[in-house]
Amino acid sequence: MKIAVASGKGGTGKTTVATNLSLSIGRGQFIDCDVEEPNANIFLKSNINEHEDVEVEIPDIDKDKCNYCGKCSEFCAYNALAVVPSNVLVFPELCHSCGGCKLVCPKNAIKWKKKKVGIIEHGFANGIDFYHGLMNIGEIQAIPVIKALKKKVSKYKDVILDAPPGTSCPVIETINVSDYCILVTEPTPFGLHDLKLAVDVVRHLDIPFGVVINRDGIGNKKVEDYCQNEKIHILLKIPDRKKIAHLYSKGIALVSESHEWNEMFSLVFNRLREEVKK
Amino acid sequence: MKQLTVISGKGGTGKTSITAAFASIAENAVFADCDVDAADLHLIFKPDIKETMIFHGLKIASIDKEKCTDCKKCYNNCRFDAIDEDINSIKESCEGCGLCEYICPVDAIQMTDRESGFSYISDTRFGPMAHAMLKTAEEASGKLVTVVRNNAKALAEKKKKDLIVIDGPPGIGCPVISSISGVNLVLIVTEPTLSAIHDLERVLGVAQHFKIPAVVCINKYDVNLDNTEKIEYYCKSNDIDVVGKLPYDNVITEAMIHEKNVIEYSKGDFSDMIIEMWNNMRGILKP
Repeated sequence: MKIAVASGKGGTGKTTVATNLSLSIGRGQFIDCDVEEPNANIFLKSNINEHEDVEVEIPDIDKDKCNYCGKCSEFCAYNALAVVPSNVLVFPELCHSCGGCKLVCPKNAIKWKKKKVGIIEHGFANGIDFYHGLMNIGEIQAIPVIKALKKKVSKYKDVILDAPPGTSCPVIETINVSDYCILVTEPTPFGLHDLKLAVDVVRHLDIPFGVVINRDGIGNKKVEDYCQNEKIHILLKIPDRKKIAHLYSKGIALVSESHEWNEMFSLVFNRLREEVKK
Repeated sequence: MKQLTVISGKGGTGKTSITAAFASIAENAVFADCDVDAADLHLIFKPDIKETMIFHGLKIASIDKEKCTDCKKCYNNCRFDAIDEDINSIKESCEGCGLCEYICPVDAIQMTDRESGFSYISDTRFGPMAHAMLKTAEEASGKLVTVVRNNAKALAEKKKKDLIVIDGPPGIGCPVISSISGVNLVLIVTEPTLSAIHDLERVLGVAQHFKIPAVVCINKYDVNLDNTEKIEYYCKSNDIDVVGKLPYDNVITEAMIHEKNVIEYSKGDFSDMIIEMWNNMRGILKP
């Protein structure tokens, strides 16, 4: 079973839910797909022992063959190539590696060269097979790193995927392989507004989903009312406690502090298993 | 004209609540919500929308099945797996490169505009505002951020404003870079948690990469004083000013529920601390 944890709004507690869920089952895979700002390993504490570069292909212009006709820059939808009278400028960070420029070049003057855009790292912790990705600083595209991570998803294990915040491409790239999506929110107007956006996304992708309310007690009841009206399952409520915030600040998982929390997250996992079977 | 962008790396540290509070202090400013993925500033600003513009993001391949001979050239050459084996274009995967249109031997594919969202120009009780909405499961949020910023600039010129205050998105990727390129200052809102510290270091790296001056605000600093000290030490050794330290206070959430910013909602200490933080940045943002 593959479970993605997403949210719309950032900082609602995705990583808290994902890491505690994973630790409560104590096996399977954990894949942190928030490659811009990965935080799960702060809580899982796996020993990273494998690194792998993530590379994309970008055009390499053979200036001996090029006649500066400008067909490549005309084709490029991303403005990653500019042709001036005696030079071709390549802007690697704008390139989506579509392959079009090489195809349209009449002089066969374009080859590929590799460019590193990030790394993925692997380790083990408490029986969990852990992966995360790190996009290089200054890069703009998270997708190639997320795609490389998704190749590590096991067919035979229970997998937890920690998604980035938001509702656009990197989120969809993460959750579209999952059997179930947990949406984490907080009971505030911002939390509710962004939850509705996230619900639109999972419904659009036709993925079964439920909600976890974090910092329960800080705002109002409107998130609960919304879930009730929309017939959305509330899987768990995590109360707003200074103790919980303090543990989080130190990178300590809830389940490693109390047996009760361990049981609660195990119950959530078992419930999802039943839901997915249906 | 000066521009300030509020960002954070990690989400949920308080960017939007702080940006909204600045609206009660900033004089003669335009506001822009560049978190187009999950925009929230309008929940406090209650904008009166004056102009709505369609946003065309990336183009999308549209396949004419009548013409298609099922040669599968498009399927075999698409690097985004955006065409399935039965030669249907997959909207969520298509990045609009146009390779399929070029390679199709029978002209069965055309790249067409897709309506990816809307950008808005509005009036608010704090002054003019530029904002946007990206439709469900659409891409090109960086491009939409650029549209919002251009709208904000045009508004500022038209209305003779000398400051643009921008609410930025979380992360360090494409929409963040679009939100901070060319601004005079970024304010990074962080928290004393190991996660936020890790993210602060990465987002500061981005600001430095693009040579944009940065200052830091530590929100909820009293949740973990040891970590707050670590952030202050880190900023000091990297020559970055900590312009504000805000305590954990539910008044921010209460204000949000009343659809107000914290300065409108309360005249307490917390509001004074935000005003003090603004004063610490005033020098850099002077027209």
